Amino acid sequence: MTSDRTPRILGAILVVLLAAGPFVPQWAIFLITIALAKGLVVLGLLILLRCGLVSFGQALYYCIGAYTAGMLGRLFEVDGVLTLMLAGMVVAAVTAYVLGFLLARYRGIFFGLLSLAVSMILYGLLVKSETLGSSDGFNVLPSTLFGIRPADEWVRYAVLVVASVVAFVAALLVHRYLKTPLGSLAPAIKDNEIRVEYMGASARYAIHVNYVIAAALAGLGGGLAATTVGHIDPEMAYWTTSGEFIFITILAGTGSVIAPFLGALIFGIIQTVAFDISPNTWQMVLGGALLAVIVFLPTGLWSLFRRRRAT
Amino acid sequence: MQELVAVVIDGIIYSAWLFIAAVGLTLIYGVMKIINVTHGSFYALGAYAAASITGALLAHGMPPMLSYAVLLGSALLVAIVVGPLIERGILRFMYVKDEVVILLITYALFLILEDVIKLIWGVDPYYISEPYGLLGSFDVADLTYPTYNLILVGVAIVCGAGLAWTLTKTRTGKLLVAVIHDTEVSRAMGINVDRFYVVTFTFGSLLAAIGGAFTAPTVSVVPGLGVEVIVLSFAVVVIGGLGSLPGAALGAVIVGLVRSATIHYLPQAELFVIYFVMAMVLAFRPRGLFSIAEARKI
Amino acid sequence: MAAILDAKGLNKSFGAVTAASDINAAIEQDSVVGLIGTNGAGKTTFINMITGYLKPDRGRIHYEGRDITDLAPRDITRIGICRSFQIPQLYSSLTAYENMLMGLGVVMRNAGVGGFFSRGRPNVPGHGRPAEEVADAILERFGLVEYRDKNAQVLPGGVRKLLDIALTMAAKPKILLLDEPTSGVSAEEKFVIMEMIMKAVRAEGATVLFVEHDMEVVSRFAQRVLAFYDGRIIADGSPDTVLSDREVKRFVVGGELHRLDEKQGAANA
Repeated sequence: MTSDRTPRILGAILVVLLAAGPFVPQWAIFLITIALAKGLVVLGLLILLRCGLVSFGQALYYCIGAYTAGMLGRLFEVDGVLTLMLAGMVVAAVTAYVLGFLLARYRGIFFGLLSLAVSMILYGLLVKSETLGSSDGFNVLPSTLFGIRPADEWVRYAVLVVASVVAFVAALLVHRYLKTPLGSLAPAIKDNEIRVEYMGASARYAIHVNYVIAAALAGLGGGLAATTVGHIDPEMAYWTTSGEFIFITILAGTGSVIAPFLGALIFGIIQTVAFDISPNTWQMVLGGALLAVIVFLPTGLWSLFRRRRAT
Repeated sequence: MQELVAVVIDGIIYSAWLFIAAVGLTLIYGVMKIINVTHGSFYALGAYAAASITGALLAHGMPPMLSYAVLLGSALLVAIVVGPLIERGILRFMYVKDEVVILLITYALFLILEDVIKLIWGVDPYYISEPYGLLGSFDVADLTYPTYNLILVGVAIVCGAGLAWTLTKTRTGKLLVAVIHDTEVSRAMGINVDRFYVVTFTFGSLLAAIGGAFTAPTVSVVPGLGVEVIVLSFAVVVIGGLGSLPGAALGAVIVGLVRSATIHYLPQAELFVIYFVMAMVLAFRPRGLFSIAEARKI
Repeated sequence: MAAILDAKGLNKSFGAVTAASDINAAIEQDSVVGLIGTNGAGKTTFINMITGYLKPDRGRIHYEGRDITDLAPRDITRIGICRSFQIPQLYSSLTAYENMLMGLGVVMRNAGVGGFFSRGRPNVPGHGRPAEEVADAILERFGLVEYRDKNAQVLPGGVRKLLDIALTMAAKPKILLLDEPTSGVSAEEKFVIMEMIMKAVRAEGATVLFVEHDMEVVSRFAQRVLAFYDGRIIADGSPDTVLSDREVKRFVVGGELHRLDEKQGAANA
């Protein structure tokens, strides 16, 4: 039996990120931080996809996380970056707990469509709420870490440190969760729900729990994105944002908790590079990549690593 | 009273637009079980083709009254060129895959087509207002409406009635219903299912392109035009019941009237209300208002 | 002797079709009960009602003195009533071994073992060993070792049947309901397979109800037989009495005679 290498690989990635951060240009730090934020959302989608569920509305929780962070700063002048992210996570998780009673009953295309509808409800509300800047959104207060605001040239690095540590912890926890009996039920639910019931487990309960975890991760990612970008708008809840998250999930594959972050980084790089080279064809590149992955690598880019390791 | 009349008339016009934009989606889902995100691309392609072709012909001295035929012709051109290309070229290899995976494939195609549009037409907006202004306006209860809106309503009625007639009265329609009911049995009975698929996809896409083409004179045609249409037509089709023609009509009327009422009485809720209705229908009648109970398969 | 399972006055109809009509059966602990009857006689409906897949229109089911009529399938499974299926219900994308681990994982979770904060490899409740070892032990008992790492999808029909039954052993069932365990298996193999199942199941000390069409198998393995016809139980007793009952001969065994003939023919050849 092979030993579990994932925690060590995660640790190594964390060390590299923290060590290399100060020597990396600002735009690259920004790119990596955003990839970590999106990776957190995708990590949640990975859990759902393992159950065979594709949420076309995960942007709902991303947006909730971001707006929670933004509002806390705006209304109560809270600026601790960890507080903001955790608050986003909690609000997203509570919302998902309530909605989960309904959504955990749905499968296939209907799960996707209902989650889409719910996320569009939030979009519809935000886009018309003038106090929150309507479709323009608003700027998020500059945040602090444990009450300290680093010097300007270190701000991005400080956020990267926070993002890396948070993503590292989240990935480790999810990795461990997927090995517990409840977490490992996901492929069984995807495969044969009747058998799950007749083994004495509740597929609906497991899906509900996974749905809340996925939402919490998306909320965390949203909070991180808000503090990193410094601006939030209703587009964060729009269906194209959800589409982007699903895109990354499919691109990455569900083979490992590292895959979502890697996928998000590759996505970010494709987006930046393709956009720089040819602003009118970057979506075409993305679409082509998605199509190629679905057709040639149905289990995502991660399967490339597995195959190499196996040989 | 006047406001109520306005609500109803605005609602009908918006319903007509929604129906044209969404009915192809339900047709394609009904026959092929594909939730087709490229529907929005066809809408946008239709709008761009209509705007550029009509604009060019008008500049070369075409009689303005002919522009309506050109709008239709542009949509037809888009559907006939791009529809079979996508269905035969890509989608037909994917039918063995899961419904959700096919949805993702159409999403990938949507992303590609977004940029194809930019490559062909650039990023600057197109305007063709002639067909919109040409017919003048009419008055109802002291309210003035552009007569062009009546064309939208007419197109919606013709599309709906034509589809209903084709499905129930013609031989092709009856065969199509057989394909919808059981693809495998139909294939075994010698029905050319492949041809039905390509025709259905092209025709469904044509409806989307017509939606775009006839909207083009009323808006500025810009990149991203199809993005909102996708999610709106999802809402319409889901409310009525995926794959149901009367469902799409009902969904369009519900969304149209509800939106028009909120715009008049509670403008902040305009978008919220559409998706709220969608969510409620999914919550209480997940297969839509017009759905038939699905047989258990255990 | 006390009944472990007691069904009283069960009725179930689907529209105009009566699938169960006043079914009464008290099953004694540690007994092996054969359910016979032609297709549509109500055997599977009976099993479906006991395991919670169907709710009877009327009547109650008691298990160890507790009313289980309204429990969900998973709750009934948890208290020790497990079933196999006519069409095996497996995780087709997983290997036989992984199928077993999945079943054992649920057992552990239901007992609150092996959760997020547990360390090392905890034992599976009731089996006293870690899941990996239990999985291999059960596979071995059912003669499935050579199929351990094959995907359930590609297993031959008879092997899928065995794996389906092996999966139920994860939960250490007190009552095991086997729906046609030997269907799709050649006549010669039936005895071998039933022998193996019975040995494995009896080692765990479970009460067994099994649906079977082959009367030789029934008379060999069952201590008691319930004969179903048209949603009713028309005979109930030892295999000898039931199989020689005039009504049973006419309505049940008659329909199975050709199977006996085939068997005879095979034996003579």
